[in-house]
Amino acid sequence: MTWSDILRNGWDAIRTHKLRSMLTSLGILMGIAAVVLTVGLGQGAQQQVSKQLASLGGNLLIVSPGSSSTGGVRGGFGSASTLTMADATALTSKTSAPDVNGVAPILQSSNQSLVNGATNWTTTIVGTTSSWLSVRGRTLESGRFLTDADQSSAAAVTVLASDTATELFGPLNPVGQTVTVNSVPYEVVGVLTSAGSDSTTNLDDQAIVPFSTASQRIVGGTNRTSVQTIYIKAASPGRLSAAYQEANTILQYRHSITASSTSDFSITTQQSVISTTSSVDNTLTNLLIGIAALSLIVGGIGVMNIMLVSVKERTREIGLRKALGGTPMLIRRQFLSEASMLGLSGGLLGVALGVGGAEVLPHFISNPIAISVPWILIAIGVAIAIGVGFGVYPAARAARLSPIDALRSE
Amino acid sequence: MANVSAVDRTTLDVSDEVMISLQSVDKWFGQFHVLKGINLTVYKGERIVICGPSGSGKSTLMHILGCLDVPTSGEYLLAGEDVGAMDEIDLAEVRNRRIGFVFQQFNLLPSLSAQRNVELPLSYAGVSRERRRRRAREALERVGLGDRVEHRPGELSGGQQQRVAVARALVTDPALLLADEPTGNLDSTASDDVLRLFDELHQQGRTVVLITHEAEIAEHAARVIRIRDGAIASDESGPVS
Repeated sequence: MTWSDILRNGWDAIRTHKLRSMLTSLGILMGIAAVVLTVGLGQGAQQQVSKQLASLGGNLLIVSPGSSSTGGVRGGFGSASTLTMADATALTSKTSAPDVNGVAPILQSSNQSLVNGATNWTTTIVGTTSSWLSVRGRTLESGRFLTDADQSSAAAVTVLASDTATELFGPLNPVGQTVTVNSVPYEVVGVLTSAGSDSTTNLDDQAIVPFSTASQRIVGGTNRTSVQTIYIKAASPGRLSAAYQEANTILQYRHSITASSTSDFSITTQQSVISTTSSVDNTLTNLLIGIAALSLIVGGIGVMNIMLVSVKERTREIGLRKALGGTPMLIRRQFLSEASMLGLSGGLLGVALGVGGAEVLPHFISNPIAISVPWILIAIGVAIAIGVGFGVYPAARAARLSPIDALRSE
Repeated sequence: MANVSAVDRTTLDVSDEVMISLQSVDKWFGQFHVLKGINLTVYKGERIVICGPSGSGKSTLMHILGCLDVPTSGEYLLAGEDVGAMDEIDLAEVRNRRIGFVFQQFNLLPSLSAQRNVELPLSYAGVSRERRRRRAREALERVGLGDRVEHRPGELSGGQQQRVAVARALVTDPALLLADEPTGNLDSTASDDVLRLFDELHQQGRTVVLITHEAEIAEHAARVIRIRDGAIASDESGPVS
């Protein structure tokens, strides 16, 4: 008896009791649907995070002055400007920081009023260098970005984010126009492409000026080389931790810090920011995993139950098969194949329900659901394995029956 | 009693080859001594009837002859092979290759067509699907059901169902046909049909062992073995036709 004969026998038996087989598969169906949805939710959230990361300029490290972990008495580091333009320059060194691809120092001032004739708009002015564009992963819609020449001459030029440009100039092209900040006219040299918003700020509402311009003309103050934040772009996502180590070493050396607990700066990644926001999804995921596990166990017990009934019902058939030459091994395989097919049909229907759910659910909940083919195959494999696993005992009982007892039974 | 098996074989058209040899076979079910020192020799090509009232032990004898059960003690040689020494897997193979069973209850699988019921023993013998199909059709034609191959048991009369069962017993071309009350559930016409079929198969050289409690069937047999209380009461040649 070949495997194809055995599978055919199994399929015949399933088909003979269509309704019963359907009801039996129901538990497995639910479990597999829940698995597909759980994995889909997880992957959907992951895709969303990586999309966000990409939109923020992936591979990003953020150096801030002060350290949240050493608050207490020494708190208030954020206000004390411990980072300088020289720190930023040191981080661009190719020899001591080979995994750093770009560095953008930031000096920003919020609530600045930009004026275009009769129109005004209050926004954040960001002072930075020419590398900002690539470090933040942004692109230009029109015009040009800041240059090194702008930086060295502290030129009165600005690049507007898309929303800011629209607020000030409406549908007109702002490039070549002038906006006034604190009575100083700035030439608009470029407009950024829209990037949406991250969890806290609207990335499309800001005005970018050369760092030197910001520190001399807008922020002012005593120390004109101090920096609020330094964005560091790693060469690749895989080099992020290497870049972190290099930046940390350079800054500790420059600030004469020997123990990390006395650090006067901190380095964070965008990932750590986003993982806290997406962790909310875990409650839903855990719930679904619980449903899936319970449902699969109950489904498996259902398979076992119906297989035991089936063995009992078909005692005569088993006896006959033995009389005609069926060995215990072949009888066992026959019932195992039936059980695995119950699992398989539950699995297939469950995948169908799960994929259907992945289509429908996003209309009602905010979480995206991503369907992954490898996981669907794994889920079907699990369904078959459950059928086989819970079929072992009934199949062993069938195989153990003695042929005469089986033939005698009514 | 030891002499009753000494049938004058010269009057029968049988060979010298021994098909079945039972030597002082005993069977106990717990405290019950069901078969008591059975000695029996059946030659290849014989047609015998084992006859006895219910409870006489004839069914147990049939189970042992059919390798469905093993004796508690004593020796059973089937075509020279010692059945007592066999494990479950060997027994399954012997049942598959050497013995064709026909049961009172037909024991056809209701969800399968006549064709696939007949194919069943071949599938256990590992015959390819193509050859299986051909041989099953041949066997069904042999029992006169060539036009019913796709019918399910429920769509056939009792007599037809029993003929499907005979086809299933024949299909592996076994040396020994064992029939346990094959006409017990049939009306007289269908009974005659089935019995005639066994006669034909016997004439083609098969060894046929028929178990019955119906005296009428026993009357026409060449050799009748009567069982009473777990022992052979008589073993005699009947009227040779």
